Amino acid sequence: MSSNLKIFTKGFFTENAVFVLLLGMCPTLGVTSSAINGLGMGLATTFVLIMSNIVISLIAALIPDKVRIPSYIVVIATFVTIVQLTMEAFVPSLFNALGLFIPLIVVNCIVLGRAEAFASKNGVFKSILDGAGMGLGFTMALTMLGALREFLGTGKMFNLPIFNEHYGMLLFILAPGAFIALGYLIAFINHLRKV
Amino acid sequence: MAKRESNLTNMVLTLLVITLISGGVLGYVYELTKEPIAKAKLAKKVVAIKGVIPEFDNDPLKDMNSLNIEDKFTIEFYPAKVGDKQVGTAVKTYSKKGYGGPVWLMVGFANDNTITDIKVLEHTETPGLGTKMATPAFIDQFKGKNPKDFKLKVKKDGGDVDAITAATISSRAFSDAVQRAYDNLEKKGGSDE
Repeated sequence: MSSNLKIFTKGFFTENAVFVLLLGMCPTLGVTSSAINGLGMGLATTFVLIMSNIVISLIAALIPDKVRIPSYIVVIATFVTIVQLTMEAFVPSLFNALGLFIPLIVVNCIVLGRAEAFASKNGVFKSILDGAGMGLGFTMALTMLGALREFLGTGKMFNLPIFNEHYGMLLFILAPGAFIALGYLIAFINHLRKV
Repeated sequence: MAKRESNLTNMVLTLLVITLISGGVLGYVYELTKEPIAKAKLAKKVVAIKGVIPEFDNDPLKDMNSLNIEDKFTIEFYPAKVGDKQVGTAVKTYSKKGYGGPVWLMVGFANDNTITDIKVLEHTETPGLGTKMATPAFIDQFKGKNPKDFKLKVKKDGGDVDAITAATISSRAFSDAVQRAYDNLEKKGGSDE
């Protein structure tokens, strides 16, 4: 059981997609202008990760090696489109905020990376754990980055005002601020890992 | 289980089956979400119309008529009436001069073509800068103004619009969209029926 626990928890810390593997940088830097956006994007990716991990771990043995990547991509793209349509129908405001980045989950290296590196070689249960761990770790990283940027940029956190917006450093809402904030977060995580 | 061999038949069959299943699933989800998506879009529109025209009791969506400017860019006119009397028109308008892409607005005009209110429908402007065009601090300067004597250009370009600091392009796009709404409202004869 402890090995299963390890599969789940490695996504948060030792193999965190954003802070350690530095995968999925495009949505990481693009959508994290607020904590809510980061959380929404993270959860959407988590759903796709878990679902594609389940399906791929089930069908991996049936897929000839040479067409495995296109097969995985079709499976992933299907789930991404399902997420996109569902979001547009039931949470239009979040859908508007995330916009272009939802379809881009298809090419998020974490999703295909887990399919290829883990789900295709392991059973369903372990693949679910892996997808959930990786996805929630990704969500955690995105939410942290989003909260930090929102706080420094607008003085709010999850839309709750903490200090006056006038003193916000706009830079952190913009693209360069994403790089700076991410850099400091990674440095901080690396420091924690060494201690 | 042994891996299946990568010969042509196997590969073609595998991909065919996978894409067929995916297509089927997506078709089902599409059918399932089609109505809620259309409803969500419609609800947004009604809310926007209600936001820019103070009071009406007809269904502007039914009385809507539109003017197709070019592919995908359509100006829509929603006449608002109390009883049979027209009290104003909400105009869905756009500008392609936005910083991050087209900007869509709903502009409310009273019968004398003064602007009652404006709501931002869709945009892809920079968060924290261009997005400020949706705040009352910017929009309020348009309220009660008649574009006949309120020049819809930012002050930098010799107009009357106070641009948002560090978002002149977004302010220009906003003004451009309002101007387009006004021009076409005039062209159509506006409130005369």
